Amino acid sequence: MDLTLIQGGRKTGLSKWFLRVPALLYVTLMILVPLIVIVEDGFRAGLSGLIHQISVPIAQHAILLTLWTAALMTLINAIMGLATAYVLVRYEFPGKQLLNAIVDLPLSIPTLVTGVMLVMLYGPQSALGAFLSEKIGLDIIFAPPGIVVALLFISFPFVVRTIQPVLMNLDLTQEEAAATLGAKPWYTFRKVVLPTLLPPLLSGSLLSFSRAVGEFGAVVIVAGNIPLKTQTAAVYVLGAVESENRLGASAVSLLLLTIAILVLMTANGIQKAWENRHEN
Amino acid sequence: MKTNIRGWGGWLLLALVVVYVGFLIAAPIGSLVNGAFTSGLSEAWQSLTSEPFLQSVWLSIRIAVVVVLVQAIFGSLTAWVLTRQDFFGKALINGLLDIPFALSPVVVGYMLLLLFGRNGILGPLMESLNIQVAFAVPGMFLATLFVSLPFMVREMTPVIQQLDFSQESAAATLGASKWRIFWQVIFPQLKTALIYGMTLTFARALGEFGAVLVIGGGVQGRTETATLYIFRSLDERQYTDAYVAAIVLGCFSVMLVLLADALKRKRSQD
Repeated sequence: MDLTLIQGGRKTGLSKWFLRVPALLYVTLMILVPLIVIVEDGFRAGLSGLIHQISVPIAQHAILLTLWTAALMTLINAIMGLATAYVLVRYEFPGKQLLNAIVDLPLSIPTLVTGVMLVMLYGPQSALGAFLSEKIGLDIIFAPPGIVVALLFISFPFVVRTIQPVLMNLDLTQEEAAATLGAKPWYTFRKVVLPTLLPPLLSGSLLSFSRAVGEFGAVVIVAGNIPLKTQTAAVYVLGAVESENRLGASAVSLLLLTIAILVLMTANGIQKAWENRHEN
Repeated sequence: MKTNIRGWGGWLLLALVVVYVGFLIAAPIGSLVNGAFTSGLSEAWQSLTSEPFLQSVWLSIRIAVVVVLVQAIFGSLTAWVLTRQDFFGKALINGLLDIPFALSPVVVGYMLLLLFGRNGILGPLMESLNIQVAFAVPGMFLATLFVSLPFMVREMTPVIQQLDFSQESAAATLGASKWRIFWQVIFPQLKTALIYGMTLTFARALGEFGAVLVIGGGVQGRTETATLYIFRSLDERQYTDAYVAAIVLGCFSVMLVLLADALKRKRSQD
């Protein structure tokens, strides 16, 4: 048998097509075709129709609510994710293994179950929920804070797990040198550690943002479905589908798709640029 | 106590992280476990053995099993083609594979509805073939396939990249057939990643909610999966039913992933 058949990426002859065609068909049929359908349907009433549909007050409110809750979550998640990754990599303390295991839990818990858990903890019938609502006047469930908490829960692993490997590979000698020269820990962190961590921090945060914009299961339970108050964009699409408002459903769906693609492309771009810089 | 933390700043940071993780993740999990049993074990047991719950779990498992099998074959194949072959449009395919992570599951269900629904593009074709996709199990299967598509590919890709070419070449030089090379040289190296990817896919498929709600409609006894059962129970204020089902589903998913993690760690130590 010819060695070139299996060496390198370039196979000759029919065998490469034998594998390539089913794989490409699979991805294209499963992902590309539905995407094309949604783009086509979104533009059914033209660009002006599309803009009209997403500027309907209920839709507009849902979109803005989705964007600001996701943005606030991303900010908190970036800071706390960075802190958690730093603690997990640099510190030795009892219970570290447990903390490390807990970080992954949100990935394996179905988001609907997350929503149920948060309602039980912060809902009006629970002691904590009643306390927060009556004593502090802070309603979490069926209110925007609940959306932010739910989004924080589901996206917690993203930033931690992108930062952790980079922090592990980071050269300790630079930090030690800075410390020897008398730099304060916070100064060392800002000037030495943070610049290296910034690209993975950005791409991890963007990933969690894109995930949050589309989140449905946790949010629909925690926020309920109150138009102009707690209805997010994904929940709006569900309502539009159920009331056979096809134009509205398609327009907001297309907007969600566009946001997802743009954010993913930016995150990938940052990741690529950073990898290239490291290779040079 | 073994620790390398120096200064109050470090302790403060650790305390902040522990409190944050405790409130954000541990406390909700604790309250779910607590809530399921407040109404008593016998009532919890009654919920667990009720006909609608068992039916919904059975449907979830059936969909998840088929999804895992399809994903194991086509996901691995896609990962293989993407790492070992170069072709025009490879970057596009790679980019497409990220979309199911970020796209709202409601939109996924809606896209399938546009394709297979009453006024859908493929609606008439499906009708003439007498296959019901929308508001039926086949549609829910497709929706679950969509949302779980990246898991297998992303799990297999790094392992295929690290495959040792020299072993394959050696086997080929010794005259082994391609088929034999695959089963005796390549497959054993891929096995752990395959099992891990299948477990993640299974957990993701069991937990899918938004997409199957939109495409399936959640009709009790027909298109109701375990997540849709929880959703309906909450809607009907059957809180014990919802909580018990949620804790079963949550625990099962977590256990699956922990098992897979343990397997992966054991293999990497060998």
